[in-house]
Amino acid sequence: MQAELIDIRNHLANFPPFDDMPEELLNQVVNSIEVEYFRAGTQILNFGEANHWLYYVRSGAVEVFRRSGELYNRVGEGGVFAQFSLLLSNRVRFPAKALEDTLVYRIPHEVFQHLFENDENFADFVEIEDSSRLRSAVSRREKSSLMTSRVTRLINRTPVCAPCTIRLQEAARIMTEQGVSALLLMDETRQPAKLTGIVTDKDLRTRALTEALPPETCIGDIMSEGLVTTNSKAFIFEAMLTMLHNNVHHLPIMDRDEVRGVIALSDIVKHESQNSLYLVSNIFHQHTVKGLKKVSLDVRNSFVRMVNEDANSHMIGSAMAGIGRSFTQRLLELGEEKLGPPPVPYCFMAMGSMARDEQLVVTDQDNAMILDDSFDPEQHDDYFLELARFVSDGLAECGYTYCTGDIMATNKHWRQPLQVWKHYFTDWIENPKAQALLNSNIFFDLDGIYGQTEFAEELKTLIAEKASSSQRFLTLMARNALNRTPPIGFFRNFVLEKDGQHRNSFNLKRRGTAPLSDLIRVHALACGSRAQNTFDRLEAIGKTKLLLDDDLGNLRDALEFIAIVRIRHQALDIEHGREPDNNVNPEDLSPFERSHLKDAFQVVSNAQKFLRFRYNAQVGRNVQ
Amino acid sequence: MFSKPAAPQPQKSWPERFEALAREAKNPLLKRFYKTGCVSADTPLSKVPMVAIDFETTGLDPSQHSIVSVGMVPFTLKSIELAEAHHWIVRPRQPLSQASIEVHGITHSDIDHAPDIEDILPTMFKLMNGRIAVVHFRAIEREFLDVALQYRFGEGITFPVIDTMAIEAHLHPDRRPTRWQQFFGKKPVSIRLADSRIRYRLPHYPSHNALVDALATAELLQAQILHHFSPETPIGDLWL
Repeated sequence: MQAELIDIRNHLANFPPFDDMPEELLNQVVNSIEVEYFRAGTQILNFGEANHWLYYVRSGAVEVFRRSGELYNRVGEGGVFAQFSLLLSNRVRFPAKALEDTLVYRIPHEVFQHLFENDENFADFVEIEDSSRLRSAVSRREKSSLMTSRVTRLINRTPVCAPCTIRLQEAARIMTEQGVSALLLMDETRQPAKLTGIVTDKDLRTRALTEALPPETCIGDIMSEGLVTTNSKAFIFEAMLTMLHNNVHHLPIMDRDEVRGVIALSDIVKHESQNSLYLVSNIFHQHTVKGLKKVSLDVRNSFVRMVNEDANSHMIGSAMAGIGRSFTQRLLELGEEKLGPPPVPYCFMAMGSMARDEQLVVTDQDNAMILDDSFDPEQHDDYFLELARFVSDGLAECGYTYCTGDIMATNKHWRQPLQVWKHYFTDWIENPKAQALLNSNIFFDLDGIYGQTEFAEELKTLIAEKASSSQRFLTLMARNALNRTPPIGFFRNFVLEKDGQHRNSFNLKRRGTAPLSDLIRVHALACGSRAQNTFDRLEAIGKTKLLLDDDLGNLRDALEFIAIVRIRHQALDIEHGREPDNNVNPEDLSPFERSHLKDAFQVVSNAQKFLRFRYNAQVGRNVQ
Repeated sequence: MFSKPAAPQPQKSWPERFEALAREAKNPLLKRFYKTGCVSADTPLSKVPMVAIDFETTGLDPSQHSIVSVGMVPFTLKSIELAEAHHWIVRPRQPLSQASIEVHGITHSDIDHAPDIEDILPTMFKLMNGRIAVVHFRAIEREFLDVALQYRFGEGITFPVIDTMAIEAHLHPDRRPTRWQQFFGKKPVSIRLADSRIRYRLPHYPSHNALVDALATAELLQAQILHHFSPETPIGDLWL
């Protein structure tokens, strides 16, 4: 294949059955392609005529008909047609007509045959094509394209780049001329030139204009630091999570070291205007708490939609956490607008499920503030208390209820300078006390979400360095992680609540996901990991020899299964107009779910036994 | 009684010119090229073998600038064959300017080991023999090739081309709005390759690579013919 035709190969690689094809086979395909253009309304294939090609739609749309003239399928960009004639006697069985102006890539019969024989995936794809599969595939694609399409589908132009040494005015001129809202800045002293930064409309507004920088300022001085990018293989969904997590609105797409393009938040919103991202962009457009509250009514719909689109628990947890972060960030922006700029720098921190990227719809707010060490309570605390109240009250308005344990930035204890926070963590780790740790457990899942997030990173570093070497701390953390046991009896029966409001049910959070994330947190602390998400922590643990690979795999499956049953249960509650909760009655589960839940709980139970043994955490043994 | 105005002196047709040039040409490559001949002006477009050609150059003036890369892809109205697509980087006679590097992305290290265009001429002619050249903006490919051959063989070349940009220009004679129209927001119609393709709903391709531009030009001509002409239109209506 001529290297110049890589764009064609990349296009094919975005769509099944070519998306998982080995590079070498794909190159053969590209090399054999013949291109043809059809005007809208032109007949492409007539019934009964000879055909020796598989057709791939590069742009436009094609309608495929039954012999009776009834519409059989509509094939859009990235779809294929005419495979039946190649499988059966080279006669056209399903005539096809261009619905729009269409450019097709034709793949010759010999190459089709070669793929059919050498690529199982391809063979399955073209063979098992019956109308039901097609229909479900089509409807599926329409529904969940975020989960199944790659980011490269959203790239619609060559990236606009400039050397990072150009002047502010020149950058603005290029952006205006090219009609782009982001400019990629390249370090041209490297060969080949390397992407070093990005500057957006917003950067120009907030950094250059508001500070009235002279037009000859070097663009490198105002470009965003800590460039966030994603890989060209990433799914649109993953790109969206990356943007949510880092609070950026433009994301360069990289192919190894080369930039393939830039996608903007608005591209994804356009792609799927009904999803959680739309919600997020909406959040950032609100100017009052009242407006935010109105937007928050959509959070649950967004959650249900993702569940129906078969997202996994990791995607849903991250998306919901991303939404929670966005509410918090916007409230902080509004708070600062109202109260004026902060007197000293600070970092707003999320704790618990939001920090772990595992938030669902029934959630309270757990947050804190790390203030700069120049903080003087006499002078500055009024401001920060006011700001914390504004955010906390706003979050409560938006459905994130106040934390019953008072772990909120409104609590003076959790609104302290960095030095004090370091002292807190050092004390918890080096002089651990069981009860104190039980209350501060939640602080070991932390993430900076606004302001000087590097403060939070310093705390993560401190924890990662100190925790692994304090045996007493790990023992007590392990013991706390054993407080909640899975609802499974000796004979593999479910152990149900005996009384109270939730009689004859069990709590999937308290008895399932929480004990799991608790015990995985202990292992992660023991191996000095900085990861916060439970799946990421499992991965970090996997890099040490702390747990066997089999055990890690079991834990991952158990966590995913319990989490997804919990999520589906909540989505069902919402759809039926009930208030979602974490309590499940086993009789409401399918036999499949019941049996797998028992397996999953067994995994939790075994993992707890190992934890007890590994950290010497038998209850009753005196470690204090 | 009145006399008809004198018809403009008809230029010799391309097939006749090729016959004459075949006799005059000395270089064997050129002789073969002219001898293979040229389809007659009444040949319907659907029957014409074509080849899309694109050069990236160090500038716009053939007497001062050189070719740095060549992309060619043979095609017909029904089919563009990627298997026959060719792309070469060649060593220009003048040093690369920074401005041209920014356009086509070909750098000094790329051309250090590149062949002279003379080395690729046999393959280029194999693709051109018997085919009508298709370009986007005819002031480049034919002129640059002419100069390159004069410099190396002491004799130049000429041949008919179909210019997809000239077709767009013809379709949009009023593409530059008056000041008055501009005041009311009328935008100029661009006849650049990428912009022209959008009007036919052709996909976006990365530009300024000779082969990709050649392919993009071939697709554009297929679309232009199907939208504004027909497969039966004689080639004589389009070549220049």
